[in-house]
Amino acid sequence: MANGRINKEVAIKWLLTLFALSSLLFLFLIFAFILLEGLPLFFKVGTSNIIAGFRWAPTKGFFGIFPMIVSSFMVTLGALVLGAPLALACATYLSEYAGRRTKTILKPSLELLAGIPSVVYGFLGVIYIVPLIRECFGGPGFSLLATSVVLGIMILPTITSISFDSLMTVPAAYREGSLAMGATQWQTVYRVVLPAARSGILASFILGMGRAIGETMAVIMVAGNALKIPLSPLEPLRTLTSNIALELAYATGDHRSALFSTGIVLLVIIMILNLIANFWVKRKVAG
Amino acid sequence: MRTFLIRCIALSALVIFCTTCGFLSGPSADGGKRSVSLAGSTSVMPFSEKLAERFMLDHPEIGVDVQGGGSSAGIQACLNKTVDIGMSSRELKGDEKVLTETTICYDGISIVVSPKNPIRNITAKQIRGIYSGRIRNWKELGWIDREIDAVTREEGSGTRAAFEELLMKNENISDRIMVQDSNGSVKEIVATDPYGIGYISLGMLDQRVRALSVDGTVPLVENIKKKTYHVVRPFLYLTLGEPSRPARMFIEFILSRDGQAILRKEGLVPIHG
Repeated sequence: MANGRINKEVAIKWLLTLFALSSLLFLFLIFAFILLEGLPLFFKVGTSNIIAGFRWAPTKGFFGIFPMIVSSFMVTLGALVLGAPLALACATYLSEYAGRRTKTILKPSLELLAGIPSVVYGFLGVIYIVPLIRECFGGPGFSLLATSVVLGIMILPTITSISFDSLMTVPAAYREGSLAMGATQWQTVYRVVLPAARSGILASFILGMGRAIGETMAVIMVAGNALKIPLSPLEPLRTLTSNIALELAYATGDHRSALFSTGIVLLVIIMILNLIANFWVKRKVAG
Repeated sequence: MRTFLIRCIALSALVIFCTTCGFLSGPSADGGKRSVSLAGSTSVMPFSEKLAERFMLDHPEIGVDVQGGGSSAGIQACLNKTVDIGMSSRELKGDEKVLTETTICYDGISIVVSPKNPIRNITAKQIRGIYSGRIRNWKELGWIDREIDAVTREEGSGTRAAFEELLMKNENISDRIMVQDSNGSVKEIVATDPYGIGYISLGMLDQRVRALSVDGTVPLVENIKKKTYHVVRPFLYLTLGEPSRPARMFIEFILSRDGQAILRKEGLVPIHG
């Protein structure tokens, strides 16, 4: 009887280990497939012709994605400029000023914001933000600005919740000490709490960037997807993710490989961003 | 608690097992071949679905399965024999020509603008100018001083390939032109943006956009039949080798008077008179 129980324990442990490892397996498989499909083209046409190439006409043999790399970073920065201050204000309010009641309402509603499917954001962008920009500022409306606004709203929950967590880890003694020295609450927040949580806040920005650069559906709907690097916030642009989603349906041969190559570049960028974010979070723990 | 956990694990294992088996046994399950599968051009798909609906009313014993994926994907699927019939809205290229083509009807490509736009006629040369990036302002077409918001389809689309072949000649579409991935989203932009211009399948036209005359000819079914409107492409059904009996019956139905009448009602141009 006791023996049987032990066997069962062992079996369950192994089974759970197996399931847990499956996530690793999926990660590995995704990597393997993207590399398998995308890498050959790098050798065929040359890395510089892809990464630094300006012309994208895959059915005619041009695979340059440089404008898309630049555009991806432009929308990401735009989203950060518009979204990060709001998110940081929200996190600061939640951790330093909000009473228990407000917190119980505000926190779940932020999580709800994170749960809205991106196609809904895109749809609202097309219906309201794009025409608004077209009428107020000119241009087609489908633009860097529209995309940045939509992405800025989409990264609010990510930045807010991670910044909030890092503000909460600042020991209460810091605040008490500052207040005891006669500092006002704002002085305490601005001079003591925010600097103490600095690395966590920076990490939240980086993770927000990761979210923005990887977003696809909403971006396709509001970016206009023109291939040129936008020279003003009112011009359309195409990001790496939307390039893949836009053309995958019809792509064959080298065109298809080129889309996987786009995926490799995107993967590398997101990996770098995550590494940076991890580095900052670790430094916080160490310091 | 423990039994609950064990049950959960057993259940998920069972689910994984069953789905895997399902995947493995899938293809052999319909060995009876009383079905026709189609895949390909998203321009042809909605019409194939209408035809399939009607065909299945007359032949309840045959199932017709229509999928999208795009012209290139449809051609590929037909070459691999993954589907019985491939649908294409562009001509075959190179080694794709081993497939047997059946033209089921013709489709015009209409140049569309917002109903608020006063322009009624455009020349092929002006279209080429707009899409190559030389003409950027509506003033150059005799309207107000405002930039043109031109929209094209994505690289690889059958509609885009036909547009490039019929209107762009040897010029490239400029990289400043906006890109959308379906007839529907091109129409949506043009319908909402008074300064927009785009091109969509004639079958997709409705009141929300206005079709321009090209070189003085209105894009109408009659004008396509009279061969005065030239921006026209064939809708193709592709088969590899001898098609199965149900597939042949489906194609025969489409080419019949009834099938062609359905296509005419949808705004397409039948193959004969």
